[in-house]
Amino acid sequence: MAENGTTENGQPEKKIPFFPHPIKNLEVKYTKVFINNEWHTSVSGLKFATYNPATGTKICDVEEADKADVDKAVEAAKAANLRSSPWRKMDVSSRGRLLHKLADLIERDRVALATMETMDTGKPFLHAFFIDLEGCIKTLRYYAGWSDKIHGKTMPVDDDFVCFTKHEPVGVCGAIIPWNFPLLMFMWKMAPALSCGNTVVIKPAEQTPLTALYMGALVKEAGFPPGVVNIVPGFGPTAGAAIASHVDIDKVAFTGSTEIGKLVKEAAAKSNLKRVTLELGGKNPCIVYADADLDLAVEEAQQGAFFNQGQCCTAASRIFVEEQIYEEFVRRSVEHAGKRVIGDPFDPRTSQGPQIDQEQFDKIMELIDSGRREGAKLEYGGSAIEDRGLFIQPTIFSGVKDHMRIAKEEIFGPVQCIFKFKSQEEVIKRANSTRYGLAAAVFTKSMDKALSAASALEAGTVWINCYNALHAQAPFGGYKMSGNGRELGEYALAEYTEVKAVTIKLTQKDH
Amino acid sequence: LHAFQIFINNEWHHAVSKKTFPTVNPSTAEVICQVAEGDKADVDKAVKAAKEAFRLGSPWRRMDSSHRGLLLNRLADLIERDSAYLAALETLDNGKPYTLSYSVDLSLVVKCLRYYAGWADKNHGKTIPIDGEYFCYTRHEPVGVCGQIIPWNFPLFMQASKLGPALATGNTVVMKVAEQTPLTALYVASLIKEVRFPEGVVNIIPGYGHTAGAAISSHMDIDKVAFTGSTEVGQLIQQAASRNLKKVTLELGGKSPNIILSDANLEDAVEQAHSAVFFNQGQVCSAGSRTYVQEDVYNEFVERSVERAKKRVVGDPFSLQTEQGPQVDESQFKKVLGYISAGKRDGAKLMCGGGVAADRGYFIQPTIFGEVKDNMTIAREEIFGPVMQILKFKTLEEVIERGNDTQYGLAAAVFTRDIDKAHYISAALRAGTVWVNCYNVCGVQAPFGGYKASGNGREFGEYGLEGYTEVKTVS
Repeated sequence: MAENGTTENGQPEKKIPFFPHPIKNLEVKYTKVFINNEWHTSVSGLKFATYNPATGTKICDVEEADKADVDKAVEAAKAANLRSSPWRKMDVSSRGRLLHKLADLIERDRVALATMETMDTGKPFLHAFFIDLEGCIKTLRYYAGWSDKIHGKTMPVDDDFVCFTKHEPVGVCGAIIPWNFPLLMFMWKMAPALSCGNTVVIKPAEQTPLTALYMGALVKEAGFPPGVVNIVPGFGPTAGAAIASHVDIDKVAFTGSTEIGKLVKEAAAKSNLKRVTLELGGKNPCIVYADADLDLAVEEAQQGAFFNQGQCCTAASRIFVEEQIYEEFVRRSVEHAGKRVIGDPFDPRTSQGPQIDQEQFDKIMELIDSGRREGAKLEYGGSAIEDRGLFIQPTIFSGVKDHMRIAKEEIFGPVQCIFKFKSQEEVIKRANSTRYGLAAAVFTKSMDKALSAASALEAGTVWINCYNALHAQAPFGGYKMSGNGRELGEYALAEYTEVKAVTIKLTQKDH
Repeated sequence: LHAFQIFINNEWHHAVSKKTFPTVNPSTAEVICQVAEGDKADVDKAVKAAKEAFRLGSPWRRMDSSHRGLLLNRLADLIERDSAYLAALETLDNGKPYTLSYSVDLSLVVKCLRYYAGWADKNHGKTIPIDGEYFCYTRHEPVGVCGQIIPWNFPLFMQASKLGPALATGNTVVMKVAEQTPLTALYVASLIKEVRFPEGVVNIIPGYGHTAGAAISSHMDIDKVAFTGSTEVGQLIQQAASRNLKKVTLELGGKSPNIILSDANLEDAVEQAHSAVFFNQGQVCSAGSRTYVQEDVYNEFVERSVERAKKRVVGDPFSLQTEQGPQVDESQFKKVLGYISAGKRDGAKLMCGGGVAADRGYFIQPTIFGEVKDNMTIAREEIFGPVMQILKFKTLEEVIERGNDTQYGLAAAVFTRDIDKAHYISAALRAGTVWVNCYNVCGVQAPFGGYKASGNGREFGEYGLEGYTEVKTVS
């Protein structure tokens, strides 16, 4: 939401519509492979379809990139990465200007992009407009600001040497993007990569290629030199694998499941030991102490579980409630869930749309079923919405035990699991007993409980009295099998930078 | 034309005293217009507004830091929009060639604002592991109400270099602009209002140093003062600031040595050394006003420098061919001519120029003195005019000692192809900036400031944030 009454445009005259309306019958113009600022058909001639999960209908066909297209894209990115290229020779502040310009263009086309994102993902239009697009613009502008502030150091080494470091671009960076926040995840990778002077080859998810391809048109309009940004829509096992194992890609960044993350890292190692950053799954604990503001905790925990149809790596999928308030928490959660409106994502009243595709739908329903079978108590929902394709009722299980599948496996659907706990030591231990470690939250009024829990929890992000509070300025990433490395904040720059130490012999050195 | 008045709380005010003063076009010595003359009473009003704007809970204090950056970027957008007008106004008030106002000054202004816009949400404190059962971190807070006193040599750029870091870090500002050149800064004030910075965040007062400037440096409710100008006035400011121990940063004078070794690319060195002295009518704090040339190449260097200086086009700053305009006012004009006389008296060899260049306005011929000795007045004092001093030296050790033999320490340069010599000299010179095979390279990304009497603190770069940040430790 735009805060402080501020508008996001670079121009003071323009205002974002307070209540944006989606574009009816939006024309999808960009469906090809984007290489060297040009649109290409796939080398194989193959195309694939992308669907609107709310209606089940096909939106359009998109060119299907495979290894041969990735090879072309890498050629282009390599050429643009040569030290003599316009991109490498450009003033660093000009890189920042280009990123700001791209942000300006996204602001200009914000309604169209939000409409397109909604068509392709099924997420509510107002979410796409106020959350996804807002995040994209802010992330771009944040990294635009870093482009001329990537500092190396000079260091006082022993003996007669002058020594300094240069923070150079890594080179050609591959990025494999998921389908849950297509454009936002695209920006989280592209913005820091370009800010540090890299060139990129990006594969959007096959479920959601459209907004990524639109970025090709804007990148060209903004004035980025050819080959700096290349976009290859296609499938994981083909285009994605080609990126992970390409010997001329210097680094790969992947966001998706832990299972695929392992494959990406393996391929990266086997091919050329390219650098790897991974943002993977989570089974994130949300701890509610008896002294918490209960209404706040109920609201935030539920948003944490159901936001984006539960399709968040940070989903609050294990809610631990202190026994004194457990019953009341469950009761209020059920009441709260009743207020959710499941329906047409273009309807401004909708809070929840469909799941992304049949495969995800089936997986979620199977896990819900396992919850029932393993003895969790179904408090609310638990079924698909009969006459509506991929829509699932918001579902609440209470009395969940740590050994159940729904307590251990990432569901990625609108399923809230509530557990009871007695003591702080116990809940921390249970919260940490997972291979994941992406996020965690604590609800309490006690500063001491909050800070000691924050220290003890093995998670890359700990939220206190809030959930899903993500900002371009603060780093995000996983402990343990939730990932390697950090995105956002200054920390992301380290992932897109290669450090070179230069040591010069002198005949005499004074300090 | 604009109402050139005092800017407080996003409004235009007459001076409390109702007084005005004239600002003069140095090309013609004619008055351009009258400007409101701010004094202590106006400073008091401005400080009150700035304090209010800094209050906890105010729109400025509550604003997202990224939004502060957005406002600075928008200000840069508007300045770009109006850059032709601003460049012309700058040339009218200051006398610098229009081609340079437009391509250099305005460009630097926009870059500086955009650079600091990028820092607004990146002023990081730390979390620190201390002994004992404590959680400890630092907050990087704004200092508060910042007084900023800026000079006349690069009016717009000096304004941007002070506003950029102060506003990026969340401070509020009371700025006194130079009495010689108030116009462009006041136009920018109207843009600050157009961009919608909250009221009281930026307040601008045209006026004189000994009245409005002094009121700022001694004000009990100003938390920090930043001054760019002469070392002499810098000392007064430092003293006045001790009244409430406000933080002080100073960018003062220089007598920067430009060292040409015999292995330098001579053609390049001659051209760079020429700009180093003559750029901006010599009115640059970092001017390379002592050109030390190694004896092997001394004669050739002098000859080529004279040839270059004779080609320098001095004239109407609005003419596109002009390289050099007038000095900024009569006082500076007389001062520079005085130094030229001193040079002649002390026995330096006048190689070219040495006099007035036109019948009206404050134009001075590009002037070169050879055979200059270290103890001459023109070798020791800051001239701030188009007068080049060329001195001869033998060895590196000697020139380093002579280069450092000054109260100043703002900048220095060395021209050489030898990597070893370049490093040796740049390490040895006591100066805040050392240029190697270049001069006056001013990237807003890199810090700039003085050793010794050339100043305290650094402007530009990340380092520029420090003077506007107060560190609070929370345990």
